[in-house]
Amino acid sequence: MIYNFLKYILFCFIIKPFIYLIFGVNVSGIDNLPKIAKGASIIVANHNSHIDTLLLMSLFSSFQTIKIHPVAAADYFCNTKLKEFIFTKILGIIPISRKVKKASKEEIFKDINEKLRAGETIIIYPEGTRGETSELTKFKTGVAHIAKMNPQIPVIPCYINGPDRILPKGTFLWVPFIADVYISEPIYYDNTSTKDFTEKIQYAVEALKEEHKKREEL
Amino acid sequence: MEHFIFTPNVKIAIFILYSFIFILMTIIKVIQITTKKDLDNIWIRMKSFLLICVFFTAAFCFNKIVAFIFLTLISYLCLKEFLSLIPIRKTDRNVLLWAYWSIPITFYIVYIQWLTLFYLFIPLYMFILISVRMVLASNTDGFLKNLAVLQYGLMTTVYALGYLGLLAIIPLQYNPKGGAIGLLFYILVLTVSNDFMQMFCGKAFGKHKIIPKVSPNKTWEGFIGGIIGTTILSVIMAHYLTPFTLSQSIFAGAVLAMFGFFGDVTMSAIKRDLGVKDTSSLIPGHGGILDRLDSLLFTAPLFFHYFAFLNTIVISRGN
Repeated sequence: MIYNFLKYILFCFIIKPFIYLIFGVNVSGIDNLPKIAKGASIIVANHNSHIDTLLLMSLFSSFQTIKIHPVAAADYFCNTKLKEFIFTKILGIIPISRKVKKASKEEIFKDINEKLRAGETIIIYPEGTRGETSELTKFKTGVAHIAKMNPQIPVIPCYINGPDRILPKGTFLWVPFIADVYISEPIYYDNTSTKDFTEKIQYAVEALKEEHKKREEL
Repeated sequence: MEHFIFTPNVKIAIFILYSFIFILMTIIKVIQITTKKDLDNIWIRMKSFLLICVFFTAAFCFNKIVAFIFLTLISYLCLKEFLSLIPIRKTDRNVLLWAYWSIPITFYIVYIQWLTLFYLFIPLYMFILISVRMVLASNTDGFLKNLAVLQYGLMTTVYALGYLGLLAIIPLQYNPKGGAIGLLFYILVLTVSNDFMQMFCGKAFGKHKIIPKVSPNKTWEGFIGGIIGTTILSVIMAHYLTPFTLSQSIFAGAVLAMFGFFGDVTMSAIKRDLGVKDTSSLIPGHGGILDRLDSLLFTAPLFFHYFAFLNTIVISRGN
């Protein structure tokens, strides 16, 4: 409860003013964003910077951010006690191990499924890590597995442009730029294989990227 | 806490401006309801415009510090829009931060009324500093282009907008009728109305394109209509808000109209070069803040120097 309150304060008074006033966001397709009150969803996006998560969460009202949980690498965000406390308790990330070899899917995705069944939303980056600027690497199939286990929950593909200029991988210097977010219509798991569904998601994100390029070339 | 002086003439002028906006908005709403025409676009534009006016008035009504913070914020948003448009090299990220820091420094210099330093800060000191910092980043690929783009961005979005602050600190003795706010009001209203009259005359009588390759909507008829309309408005407003004589106000109106037009098309040319339509989507119906202020980028410095030339203004630190 106290952590939820902290998260609310953090977003309402620090992160959102920062994102909207200092950086600035152009959003396209905001209507495709789910109303969190109505149920869970899986938000999928390309990943180039730590800002991506803050940006996506800032699209929702500060109150709704309490119910949003980014899925993040345990080896990066939980490698010290302090980091683990800040990220899991206050920001509400779901740590996931990137190094698991053989384990049952139910077990790996236990935390995620719990949140989804409780009607909360997760953010996941299927590229698996922060990639190079304006390049989409091949998506990993994790999202499709989650969608298969929860076929009634919509998957919302997003394309983010800009945060890689604000805070690229490997630097600590923040430089203000305007970011763009493109949100596409929700997709549901359609009983094909997880591989096909992953490709479908990647195709949707790439379509958004094309939309962005077209706008740039206008 | 220092406040701006609103002379009676300025108060009346602001009242007239708001009445004009409200009458225009009422007319639009009435036309929309009676003829069922789709005027949502114009309605959104008017609403945004009203909001901009309210922000401006509120900032300057409060006190000097609030007004300068407001101007700093506007300048910051402009530079950010400009830098977000252009392709940036990864090695220049440090240089960009330096450029951002020049904004609060510039407006602080204006705030403490150190005029000479303001004249020199961006064109000389930042010119040198940015070059030095970019050299130290030691990346020669596209060096000149990136350096030039950044200098141009600073000149337009920081130096030119700094003149708005400079107009605001002109002592009352130089303009007893309207004070500093009167001059600021005069240039802002003339620049915006020039845009409006150019668009209106262009739509109504426009046939001959003036520079089709840069801006296909601009016509000779709109340009000339803008100059005539702005000059007339300038003569009327100058009588109540400025110490100008008739010939001086005609000259000021014509120059503002002409260079307002050139500021506008210069930004159009930049956008066309970069391949974008609007600089951002910050103001609903208008595009970015840079789209709205583009005409002001040339007119504000020119107007200040014209006024200073006529009055041989002496503003020293602390007076």
